[in-house]
Amino acid sequence: MAFTNEQLERYSRHIILKEIGAKGQKKLLNGKVLIIGAGGLGAPAALYLAAAGVGTIGIVDADVVDLSNLQRQVIHTTNDIGKRKVESARETMNAINPDVKVNTYHEFVASDNIMDLIKDYDFILDGTDNFPAKFLINDACVMAKKPLSHAGIIRFKGQLTTIIPGEGPCYRCIFKNPPPKDAVPTCKQAGVIGAMGGVIGSLQAMEAVKYLTGVGDLLVGYLLTYDALKMEFHKIKLPARGEGCAVCSDHPTITELIDYEQPACELKAH
Amino acid sequence: MNITVAGEKKDVKEGLTVTELIASENVETPQYVTVSVNEEFVESGEFDTTVLKEGDVVEFLYFMGGGR
Ligand SMILES: [Zn+2]
Repeated sequence: MAFTNEQLERYSRHIILKEIGAKGQKKLLNGKVLIIGAGGLGAPAALYLAAAGVGTIGIVDADVVDLSNLQRQVIHTTNDIGKRKVESARETMNAINPDVKVNTYHEFVASDNIMDLIKDYDFILDGTDNFPAKFLINDACVMAKKPLSHAGIIRFKGQLTTIIPGEGPCYRCIFKNPPPKDAVPTCKQAGVIGAMGGVIGSLQAMEAVKYLTGVGDLLVGYLLTYDALKMEFHKIKLPARGEGCAVCSDHPTITELIDYEQPACELKAH
Repeated sequence: MNITVAGEKKDVKEGLTVTELIASENVETPQYVTVSVNEEFVESGEFDTTVLKEGDVVEFLYFMGGGR
């Protein structure tokens, strides 16, 4: 596949990077990334991945755009209120870069669709807002051996890690089970500063680009935390993949996907 | 004795347990925090009996559920 003149110009700032070059840009154009959640994290990630020329981007979200989303979900505009988030996201991504094939999935992830959703993608990006989804996505990616960028944000804090099944620890190595309903606040209950999604979602996009191009060191085996009030990043080295992990150890006790109960306050919002 | 907590050097009393450190650090939702000492996770049932030593590196890992 040769570049068109338009592509050479569009991606010139990538191609000029010795780590990326024409080869790396081709890898991006052949790359397939699935973004789960077209919200605070997923919006900036989708914008950067589309702009970068990731050839196929899937986006999963069952919601429609709401006025309260626009403080942080920068892929949607005021005119998109009431529109399916996946549609609104697709339109913006294609407006930025018509090279990108955007696949939309207007649905919630659950045990009966997640394996099918992730199977054709090279890299999965978790931009969901609840623990049942985060555990489900982790377990599915471990079972299907799919690389995953996991992230969470709340108030003025955010964190992320990259999970390569078999190479480093998974989300369940750190957190064995979801906390009980409403035991740990969500963004909706506690609030989140809009730019936090931009910081952490962009870092997730960075990991996806590095994974696809094979450049640099991924956040495998580390949890990177960010505190905006202290303006501090902290990189926590995680213990090696746990022998005791219920899903990613050599003798897992979790071998089927689990649909944990959604927090009631979140369900009402949909 | 000196230990490192979440990247910061701290001078703490001898014999400090993980449970005592969680209390003095005002850890949010302490019943759901994951703790590592020197890059090994400490089981939550062992917070009371895990005594910290000079030079230990302690990290608190928090649930963060937001994203959309
Ligand atoms: Zn694991």
